[in-house]
Amino acid sequence: MSGMKKSDYQALSISALLLVIAICLPWIVGDFAVTLAVNMAMFTVLTTSWALFSGPTHYISLATAAFFGLGTYTMGLGLDYLPFWLLVPIAGIFGAIMAGIIGLATLRLSGVYFVIFTLGLAEMTRQIITYVQNATGQKGILISIWFEEPTFYWMLVALAALIFLVGWLIGRSRLGFALRIIGDDEEVARHSGINTALSKVLLFMIPGAVAAMTGAIIAPRYGYIEPLIAFTPMLSFQVVIMALLGGTGRLWGPLVGVIPFSILWELISASFPNQTTLLLGLSFLIIVYLLPQGFVGLLLKIKGKMRDGRGH
Amino acid sequence: MSAQPTVLSLRGVTKRFGGLVAVNELDFDVAEHEVLGLIGPNGSGKSTTMNLISGALRVSDGEILLRDQLISDLPAQKIARRGVARTFQLVRMLPSMTVMENVMAGAVFGHRRRWGREAERQVMRMLELVGLERRANARPSELTYIDTKRVELARVLVGDPKVLLLDEWLAGLNPTELEEGIALVKQLRDEGRTIILVEHVMDAIRSLCDRCVVMSSGHKIAEGATEQVLSDPEVIRAYLGEDDA
Repeated sequence: MSGMKKSDYQALSISALLLVIAICLPWIVGDFAVTLAVNMAMFTVLTTSWALFSGPTHYISLATAAFFGLGTYTMGLGLDYLPFWLLVPIAGIFGAIMAGIIGLATLRLSGVYFVIFTLGLAEMTRQIITYVQNATGQKGILISIWFEEPTFYWMLVALAALIFLVGWLIGRSRLGFALRIIGDDEEVARHSGINTALSKVLLFMIPGAVAAMTGAIIAPRYGYIEPLIAFTPMLSFQVVIMALLGGTGRLWGPLVGVIPFSILWELISASFPNQTTLLLGLSFLIIVYLLPQGFVGLLLKIKGKMRDGRGH
Repeated sequence: MSAQPTVLSLRGVTKRFGGLVAVNELDFDVAEHEVLGLIGPNGSGKSTTMNLISGALRVSDGEILLRDQLISDLPAQKIARRGVARTFQLVRMLPSMTVMENVMAGAVFGHRRRWGREAERQVMRMLELVGLERRANARPSELTYIDTKRVELARVLVGDPKVLLLDEWLAGLNPTELEEGIALVKQLRDEGRTIILVEHVMDAIRSLCDRCVVMSSGHKIAEGATEQVLSDPEVIRAYLGEDDA
């Protein structure tokens, strides 16, 4: 559980190599591919941090849009007063605080209630902001700064690298182990001496902070933000689907879901722009039926079969 | 036995579920190195008592003290950390984890907290103690019933608890397994562990318990040395029913 093993060094070297490739990508591929890569990087960040909490605990959070929207609005409203680079961590802090409050209020609830609450929360936040904007006669917020696509991409890749590092450290920590025990049997966890409520709230703050930071980073890309863009419920569902497609049993699992799904999504949005929700729902059903453990589960199963095959 | 200091005391412990009084004004002490049998017919309040001691349920009245410190107002995880470890009536495994990791849960978060190599060594010692050192990397689904019980026992032992609550730990075992199970608990007794045992198996009670507390309908109806208690007419009546006595 502690100390570096040979496999750890291997995983680290592979990760470093993949990171270098990811950083060099904008110089290699064309403009369209970079746009797609920005989306991929964004969803890698969102799904990986989502899975850090929801993977071990099996609490499905649909609050991603709420945190993301909070981040975009922090950027939108804050740019008049503070620089971009300062607003990103501030958005992260806001996201963590919001997640902490939600966590304290809901994580004692069982799974289903938690799902409904998080979905309701994102919608409620959107409605409140719409209401406030209508009351003040404002429609949306213009974002005064702008970056080239590769800049967005590099910022998100840096954030992704940070999350993988944090996830890797948590996986080796007492907190990570506690979360796995809670996910398996909360009763055993409590009677083994684990403060289950505190562990869950602490870990839920990570996806909250990360989604808010992502929203803040990506806000200038929209140029103009309004509630329906910033708090789109579609985002929460996309994150869940991609994470489940990849599989949440391993840190790199969600990434394996993000890459094919982003490409598929690009095709769907281009060819069937009016049926995206329907197709999103369909893909969700297919994933749940055919790949309940995601690509990770499938890979581990194949690996297990090959090992058994050699044994006979 | 009476010379040993008291580890756990129940003082007027009462648990009400609405109008039903499941445990009524229960008092007893457990001395260090003692194996106390908590016995009685079904529905007499034994398991409720275990749940009250471990913090799974809150007392309605009365108090529970661990080494003279009040624990009955603490949440379950704090009671576990203070040194009360329990098994469950229906064995509970962590299904996605290996045997080693199941036991590690107790080593990392229990009363005596360990981490890293030290925790691993302690886990392996406990697996050897319960005879599962060869199955360290197995999954709970690959184990026999008694082996899952052994894992659970190792998980509660690994944190060096001050008191061990074994809630029908021997239930559901076949005769051979039962013998092995009794031998294992006997070994713990000989090591000087302090244990409260809720049990139905009479052979186990006779061979393991120094003393017994007998409960019926939430009340304590007898307490004393095992043989003496088991031959008490009131205890026999409680077990067999009024008509047979």
